[in-house]
Amino acid sequence: MERDTHFILGVYDDEDVLLHAVEKVRGNGVKIHEVYSPYPVHGLEHVLGYKRSRLPIAAFLFGMLGTSLALTMQFYMMRFDWPMIIGGKDFAAFPDFIPVTFEMTVLLAAFGMVGVFMVSSNLKPWAQPRIFDIRSTDDKHVMAIDIAHNSALEIEKIKEILKASGATEVNNKSFE
Amino acid sequence: MAHHGEHHYNLDQRFEFSASIKKSIMTVLVIGAVLLGLGIVLAMTGGHHEEAGEAGGHAFHWYERLYANLWINNVFFTGIAIVGVFFFAIQFAAQAGWSAPILRVMLSFGNWLPIAGVLMIVTFFIANHDLFHWTHSYLFDTNDPQYDKIIDGKGAFFYWPMEKGTFPVFYIARMVIFFLFWVFFFNKFKKISDQEDQLGGTSHWFKMRSWSAYFLVFFAVSSSIAAWDWVMSIDTHWFSTLFGWYVFASWFVSGLSAITLLVLFLRGKGYLEMVNENHVHDLGKFVFGFSIFWTYLWFSQFLLIYYANIPEESVYFVERLTSDIYSPFIFVNLGLNFFLPFLVLMTRDAKRHGVFLKLVCSILLVGHWIDFFLMVQPGTLGHNGGIGLMEVGMFLVYGSAVALVVLGGLAKKNLIAKNHPMLEESYNHHI
Repeated sequence: MERDTHFILGVYDDEDVLLHAVEKVRGNGVKIHEVYSPYPVHGLEHVLGYKRSRLPIAAFLFGMLGTSLALTMQFYMMRFDWPMIIGGKDFAAFPDFIPVTFEMTVLLAAFGMVGVFMVSSNLKPWAQPRIFDIRSTDDKHVMAIDIAHNSALEIEKIKEILKASGATEVNNKSFE
Repeated sequence: MAHHGEHHYNLDQRFEFSASIKKSIMTVLVIGAVLLGLGIVLAMTGGHHEEAGEAGGHAFHWYERLYANLWINNVFFTGIAIVGVFFFAIQFAAQAGWSAPILRVMLSFGNWLPIAGVLMIVTFFIANHDLFHWTHSYLFDTNDPQYDKIIDGKGAFFYWPMEKGTFPVFYIARMVIFFLFWVFFFNKFKKISDQEDQLGGTSHWFKMRSWSAYFLVFFAVSSSIAAWDWVMSIDTHWFSTLFGWYVFASWFVSGLSAITLLVLFLRGKGYLEMVNENHVHDLGKFVFGFSIFWTYLWFSQFLLIYYANIPEESVYFVERLTSDIYSPFIFVNLGLNFFLPFLVLMTRDAKRHGVFLKLVCSILLVGHWIDFFLMVQPGTLGHNGGIGLMEVGMFLVYGSAVALVVLGGLAKKNLIAKNHPMLEESYNHHI
């Protein structure tokens, strides 16, 4: 997939200014590529208009997979593969299976969720992250605007909007 | 929300306990009373003779079922009342801000505590032999053929410092002390909250936090001992080391459900306009989480007893699972109190919308009543128990009486602690 390479960056000092800025910028019809911040800003995903993450669905499905695997495994082992009498119970004594089933559900739900998150966030070890402004790991919030996605607006106009929204700096950024 | 704008809420609003609400509750109370009356008449006229000649045991009297019912509801509704106070105290100990507008809703459940205490003690004095096997003095007499060495060994826990089999001083003292302290803490919280309304400032919040911490320490011990005394001692020979937690979990889920229902009810009537779906979501998470916590304790108790299969332990479950009357309710209990809240409240949307929460919380109140029914009836009534008109009627009578007392108490003061230092934080609560 070819990635866009030319961006305009708005740099903000304050999270409250940032939150209002996101609304103003979007209100002016500018599409925001992403906002980078040194720490989670409460309500940011809301003003950016992000849809809710579908990660819980993945967690549920992986959890169900864990439940079924655990039950199948235990039932097969205890009833067919190597039946043993334990405490005078049936070979396939359901209550005995619950702790393992619970643990397998939690394990697969957790691992599955982490795996899906890493894949969907492109967090593979060999991934080369694009750094828009290194200060977004320190004390600045950085709003990235993709020029190619905002062809309806002139670049100067976008810069004006960013300035007016409270950005302390407006920079250009290009990747090779 | 992201916007920390100005909020203009009416902080002096007061719940108006209108005649129409009173009338609806009274209607439920009358229906309950009629069902209860019918149940009593049916129990008096039928079933008496066939049990009369029962070999070995004593004859069964209809009023034993009435007493067992009184006891189930005493314990269940005491739990809801004290959990209201407990959850209130937790908010201060945890320095929680989100819950500031609904603090008085939680606390209002404590209004039932004085009545619950009187009912509990009176019921104990009327029904002691019919509910608690250990109240028979022959159990402690070594010359009596019915002498019971195991109960004799536990006797001091009930009778100290008196002679075993006489008057259960220690037991009664614990019951009285628990209720006195609970009511004391409840009144203390109410008083500090009132002072805060009048004077403002943050000093009352710090005062409340200290008193909450004292209460929580006392509640940790008293709730556990109350569970042994009021519920576990019915099956006198049997014991379970996590019984205190198990009863607490059942109480906590019932209390949380009742608090959530009352908050949703008040919102539906137009009060508490600052309480939005974010606050409701948090209450929903508590109900969801502690339903699973209850299941965890229920299953932990069951699995160890089932797996070890030691007769003196497993008798508790054998008695319930082999009974035609009680065994279906074991599964009803798990279905209503685990599978239903687990599956229905799992998604975020279900916890944020009143419809699902109202449904689940109402069912949980019935479900946890059934849990207490399963703790009390098998040991007191044996095969003479069951859920009939008397049970349904008594539950409705108690439930509507609690509603009258709680709403009456809520209407006396402002609905919102208007000078609570964290109100602003709770307006901006966003999850």
